[in-house]
Amino acid sequence: MSAAFRVAHATRSSQVGLALASLAVVVLALAPYWGGREHLRLLAEIYAYVALASLWNLLAGYAGLVSVGQQAYVGLGGYALFALAMLAGVHPLAAVPLAGALGAVLAVPVGALLFRLRGHYFAIGTWVMAEVFRLIASQVSVLGGGSGISLPAGIVTSMAASRQMREFLVYWAVFALVVTVLVAIVLLLRSRYGLALTAIRDNEIAARSSGVDVGRIKFAVYVATASGTAMVGALIFLQKIRISPDTAFSVNDWTAFVIFITVIGGIGRVEGPIIGTAVFFLLRQTLADLGSLYLMMLGAVAIAVMLKAPKGIWGLIADRFGWQLFPLERRLVKPTTRDA
Amino acid sequence: MPDPLLAVEGLDAHYGDFQALFGVSLKIARGEVVAVVGANGAGKSTLLQSIAGLMRQAPGAILLDGEAIGRLPAHAVVARGIALVPEGRKLFPSLTVEENLLIGGQLGRPGPWSLTRIYELFPMLAERRNSSSTTLSGGQQQMCAIGRALMSNPRLLLCDEISLGLAPIVIRDIYARLPAIVADGLALIIVEQDIMQALAAAARVYCLQEGRVVLEGTPATLTREAVAAAYFGV
Amino acid sequence: MVYLNALIQGVLLGGLYALFAAGLSLIFGVMRLVNIAHGDLIVLAAYVAVLVMQALGLPALPSLIVVVPVMAALGYLLQRLLFNRTLGADLLPPLLVTFGLSVIIQNGLLEAFTADSRRLQAGALEVASIRLGEAVSLGILPLLQFATSVALIAALQLLFYRTAWGRAFRATSDDRAVAELMGLDVRHIFGLAMALSLAVVAVAGVFIAIRTNFDPAIGPARLIFGFEAVIIGGLGSLWGTLAGGIILGVAQAIGAELDPGWQVLAGHIAFLAILAVRPQGLFPKVLS
Repeated sequence: MSAAFRVAHATRSSQVGLALASLAVVVLALAPYWGGREHLRLLAEIYAYVALASLWNLLAGYAGLVSVGQQAYVGLGGYALFALAMLAGVHPLAAVPLAGALGAVLAVPVGALLFRLRGHYFAIGTWVMAEVFRLIASQVSVLGGGSGISLPAGIVTSMAASRQMREFLVYWAVFALVVTVLVAIVLLLRSRYGLALTAIRDNEIAARSSGVDVGRIKFAVYVATASGTAMVGALIFLQKIRISPDTAFSVNDWTAFVIFITVIGGIGRVEGPIIGTAVFFLLRQTLADLGSLYLMMLGAVAIAVMLKAPKGIWGLIADRFGWQLFPLERRLVKPTTRDA
Repeated sequence: MPDPLLAVEGLDAHYGDFQALFGVSLKIARGEVVAVVGANGAGKSTLLQSIAGLMRQAPGAILLDGEAIGRLPAHAVVARGIALVPEGRKLFPSLTVEENLLIGGQLGRPGPWSLTRIYELFPMLAERRNSSSTTLSGGQQQMCAIGRALMSNPRLLLCDEISLGLAPIVIRDIYARLPAIVADGLALIIVEQDIMQALAAAARVYCLQEGRVVLEGTPATLTREAVAAAYFGV
Repeated sequence: MVYLNALIQGVLLGGLYALFAAGLSLIFGVMRLVNIAHGDLIVLAAYVAVLVMQALGLPALPSLIVVVPVMAALGYLLQRLLFNRTLGADLLPPLLVTFGLSVIIQNGLLEAFTADSRRLQAGALEVASIRLGEAVSLGILPLLQFATSVALIAALQLLFYRTAWGRAFRATSDDRAVAELMGLDVRHIFGLAMALSLAVVAVAGVFIAIRTNFDPAIGPARLIFGFEAVIIGGLGSLWGTLAGGIILGVAQAIGAELDPGWQVLAGHIAFLAILAVRPQGLFPKVLS
């Protein structure tokens, strides 16, 4: 009797990719032992951007929901952590998943409202929502109002015995979060929901006529992304120890940079945000002294990439060489027939 | 044919990787009525769209009065006197009947056609001149689309499946006006799936099958069997 | 009585918001493009006015004679050289390109003019006012701006529905390919539409620069107010946009009356309420 057709995901390049990724995970997990304080801070920042960009990529590149208002959830996560730690006595690290839950809960009514808008108008609507969050936050005086607030020393020291241990803990927390986000995204894309999402990415109308419940899936992705973004936001501000409405809901920091990273790295592919973050930090290390000139350059590069190479750096590489770093491809493998 | 108005020579057309036309050649003289027939997907609309400039082609593949126009964009082709009545009418929904006609005359090319003359040809349009074009019946929309194309005072009119979706009596009504339309020496290419109307109206017929010209001749010299065979490819 | 004053100020402010919105909705109507840099272009116009006033010694309002054509020309060039290449079925390119442009303009202005806030001087006009009874005072300048906004919107309506140009815009927005068959060079039409939009932006920019302090960073807020006015009023209708602007202005004025810090938030809440209860807007012309 012959075996059934099966779907294969891995390719040579993805095997290499997975091997490299595993190595990287081990090396980076041990970073506290080989890296200095500044290294850990930089790495944590890189992880945060990889996570934010990967989540934005899932939302915009796969589900087709272009949001320029994800800073709403970054700030929400940050404020949720501060509120839970300061007002409810929750341990800061435990507050992170709670912030994620809060993000998910709020994303439901927010999403329901925003989904009444389409396309470009949806995008601006997300921005308006972020502004609403920011304005509300600046009215909450117990959390610092318009000028913001710092996490009390008592709470900070309660996290661990020494400052070094505290920094290690936060580092591992961010690291664990970005690994979780990436693994979750890869697993999602390998599942049938991922297949549906890829179909939506490629051609929404065709997906709908194939029976995919596009509306429901998009909404689920919106809520899940909001939750993940809130958790990243919580950890970002735990590291900064200080929060204010302008930093929490900054369009530049949490949306402009994230979008540039994803566009330059490659939208609609999991590898894109990772490559993009690498390029972004390279540029930043070398050019950030230029201040607004640097931002203008980023804007110009993003425009150039959109016009000339809309699939981004990884898109060019993947199309040229057929590589993938994660086993996400779907190939039908013919069964070998054997006599019973 | 000496000095044709339009000469299509060895025209290929592609949609991405898919080739729709293979070396199509066609000629039409001034004031002549030519029919292009073929089954669905034979490439008839692609041919008209290429001539009209909606699909860029090799410059020398399409010659208008000797000028190579294959690469010109549609708005430049209209300026040179080729007008297309697109498949499915495609009137502008935001415009009234009269505005649809007026925009056909946007370029202001000189010639016999004007709003008055179009209303004489199609009186029912005059009655509905200020209505939205979406309120017209199928036949009226087709007349409006033809009128709109005529307003640009073309030398060559391309009609893409004007009988599509219309009742036979309406089709007869429209075809009955063809002589009035070509009276001033306008050349006409009619593309149809309905062979009988096309054969009745045209001086010459081309038959397309899967992107190639498989039959050419005058209605008198072509037998019905030959046309059917060419049409279906048996 | 105090609220009556707030109401009136809100209506007058709403005229300005309607101007922000008119440029935005014009472009969306003609080419389905939402220009995220719209607000920053309004601010750019204000800075162009600063330069024109310095270079030519013109007062604020007359500077429009130069600012309007300059911004219109800029709009035509932006459309032909940049935006035309992003238009198509995909949502992402125009959104990201206009977003990138927004960042470039904001930071460019920052480099050129610093973050200092400034204001265009309009002289005596700024404080002139008419008193209506005890509690209500109508500023001449806001009144003038409101009248100009209404006149501009009426002019745009006229243009769109009674001229050949307007026909061309409407036809192109219906069906690009068939518009080309009418002899319309669609790239040129889009360029003209953007030029028109930025001409309106120029007026809005100068008006707002006379009315309040401005700096390179205030662009996004103008975009948001314009967008909210469009959504409240309903897509596809210029008069609806005027109504939307007025409603937004009134909501903000009432919010400000309750607490100065609530002005903008009140506007957002009005917007969200309309979105929740009547998402197609109050006076929609087009059901897309």
